[in-house]
Amino acid sequence: MKILVPVKRVIDYNVKPRVKPDGSGVDIANVKMSMNPFDEIAVEEAVRLKEAGKADEVIAVSIGAPKSKDVLRTALAMGADRAILIQTEAEVEPLAVAKILKAVAAEENPQLIILGKQAIDDDSNQTGQMLAALIDRPQGTFASKVEIDGDHVTVTREVDDGLETVKLALPAIVTADLRLNEPRYASLPNIMKAKKKPMDEKTPEDYGVDITARLKTLKVAEPPVRQAGEKVGSVDELVAKLKALGVNA
Amino acid sequence: MTVLVLVEHEAGAVKDVTLSTVTAAAKIGAVHALVAGEGDEASKAADAAARIAGVEKVLLASDAAYAKMLPENVAPLITGLMDGYDAFVASATSNGKNIAPRVAAKLDVMQISDILSVEGEKTFTRPIYAGNAIATVESSDAKLVITVRGTAFDKAEAEGGSAAIENASAEGDSGLSSFVGLEASESERPDLTSAKIVVSGGRALKDAETFEQVITPLADKLGAAVGASRAAVDAGYISNDYQVGQTGKIVAPELYIAVGISGAIQHLAGMKDSKVIVAINKDEDAPIFQIADIGLVADLFEAVPELTGKL
Ligand SMILES: Cc1cc2nc3c(=O)[nH]c(=O)nc-3n(C[C@H](O)[C@H](O)[C@H](O)COP(=O)(O)OP(=O)(O)OC[C@H]3O[C@@H](n4cnc5c(N)ncnc54)[C@H](O)[C@@H]3O)c2cc1C
Ligand SMILES: Nc1ncnc2c1ncn2[C@@H]1O[C@H](COP(=O)(O)O)[C@@H](O)[C@H]1O
Repeated sequence: MKILVPVKRVIDYNVKPRVKPDGSGVDIANVKMSMNPFDEIAVEEAVRLKEAGKADEVIAVSIGAPKSKDVLRTALAMGADRAILIQTEAEVEPLAVAKILKAVAAEENPQLIILGKQAIDDDSNQTGQMLAALIDRPQGTFASKVEIDGDHVTVTREVDDGLETVKLALPAIVTADLRLNEPRYASLPNIMKAKKKPMDEKTPEDYGVDITARLKTLKVAEPPVRQAGEKVGSVDELVAKLKALGVNA
Repeated sequence: MTVLVLVEHEAGAVKDVTLSTVTAAAKIGAVHALVAGEGDEASKAADAAARIAGVEKVLLASDAAYAKMLPENVAPLITGLMDGYDAFVASATSNGKNIAPRVAAKLDVMQISDILSVEGEKTFTRPIYAGNAIATVESSDAKLVITVRGTAFDKAEAEGGSAAIENASAEGDSGLSSFVGLEASESERPDLTSAKIVVSGGRALKDAETFEQVITPLADKLGAAVGASRAAVDAGYISNDYQVGQTGKIVAPELYIAVGISGAIQHLAGMKDSKVIVAINKDEDAPIFQIADIGLVADLFEAVPELTGKL
């Protein structure tokens, strides 16, 4: 069984994003970029399924600028077998990403596609669900546990009221939440080995997908800034402040 | 414009978040509400939805296939109804996030997630980069598919409307997925996303027992909901549905008390719209103090019990 894992190159989660002064977007020039944290979790899960003998090949795929090769190399160093870069300088929206992934899935026939639940740049939380709809397959979003048995996968999901478990017919789509696993660090020998693993290069046109944006960003602004207030010196002062605010217990 | 709103309901009652979503939808066009569910509970929820001020019509789709809101079943139902609508609007809850993108993809529409405001017929603001930037986006699609951040809109009045209820024909079970179970965390406390006061604990709380001993009495005293940072949830102090943040719940209470939480941007993303923020942390340089209205530099194991006692 093959597992496909889409990974996105995004601003590193430790970096505080800065809005460009002209309001045209967020400044990502000279900023540390990494694999989307949820996608690392997705790669880790796929590699673990392979290590457990449930899968025989893990393919990482990324859509983006040539630099996205870096995150694909990371995926290979973590244990993916090969990678596909679908190169474009354009910003590709989740709907178009899902369409490209549909075309990749049609070529590769994966039984399982594990994505991150959301990309921490656009925070859309859409791509996996859209892909599932486009290929008419079931989805286990926000997964904290994935168990394959035969022709089904059982997914435990982090939902607003707790943990929900669903059983899905394979092929299926899973999107990874934070507690699914803790991704490994790639070891140096594995980073070296990853350099020799195959990486295909394609373009959206190769798949016949129109990536024209549907949403036009008119403006990107800083959120209203919150001023730091004051520090109080004791619990008594805090109690007095809270009472002044009308908090009474 | 006519807008179809997906109603979130439980035990025959409409959830508060739907009231906020109705307010957002009403800024786009005339609101019709869709109640998908099963049996008595669904009919009761439809009755309740019909009383929401601003709802002009309720569509009731009652079928066993909708009992657990499986997206494989519910999305085709919605897609089938969309010929008659210009927009589909859901709440940005785990349920709405699960279903709406499936609808959008089938309609070949780029979804607009988690909107904060309606700026024009097809123009909206939404947070990106964990709320570190706010984008104003305009859709060029023929129809709109939107999810709404509940805390950004006032709740519509739950009573006052008298919409007609129509049955929508059910599409049945896709056979692709089935519901196995829900492990709900039981709590008598106010709901985290709608509570007026939230007391949240972080990694500093040591373990589940300590979390319970320190945070719960303060929350009880204040009639507050309990929240947590990701670090606290990961360490098993409390279950995942208490997590506040970029990838947890978004809260905006009157008062948010952060106890032993450093203030990582991912946590701030979930609570920085709270009216008053109080932080208790022993590190005076903790980033949480940069946004707190009232800060107390202290050891929480002394300060919190003292505070609980003195309130
Ligand atoms: C993709 C992604 C998504 C994330 N999403 C979320 C999210 O939704 N929500 C979230 O919360 N986090 C999220 N995180 C994690 C986030 O980056 C932080 O790691 C997390 O918020 C830290 O939790 P904390 O503040 O409890 O722990 P820490 O950062 O370890 O802070 C503990 C604080 O307690 C203080 N302290 C220690 N002992 C005491 C004492 N005795 N008295 C008083 N103070 C004390 C310390 O000074 C410190 O400031 C996410 C991370 C990633 C990568
Ligand atoms: N450009 C991309 N290349 C590869 N995978 C992507 C891309 N964009 C989104 N994804 C995948 O879709 C998930 C959800 O992204 P989003 O819907 O943008 O929040 C990510 O975690 C990735 O797994």
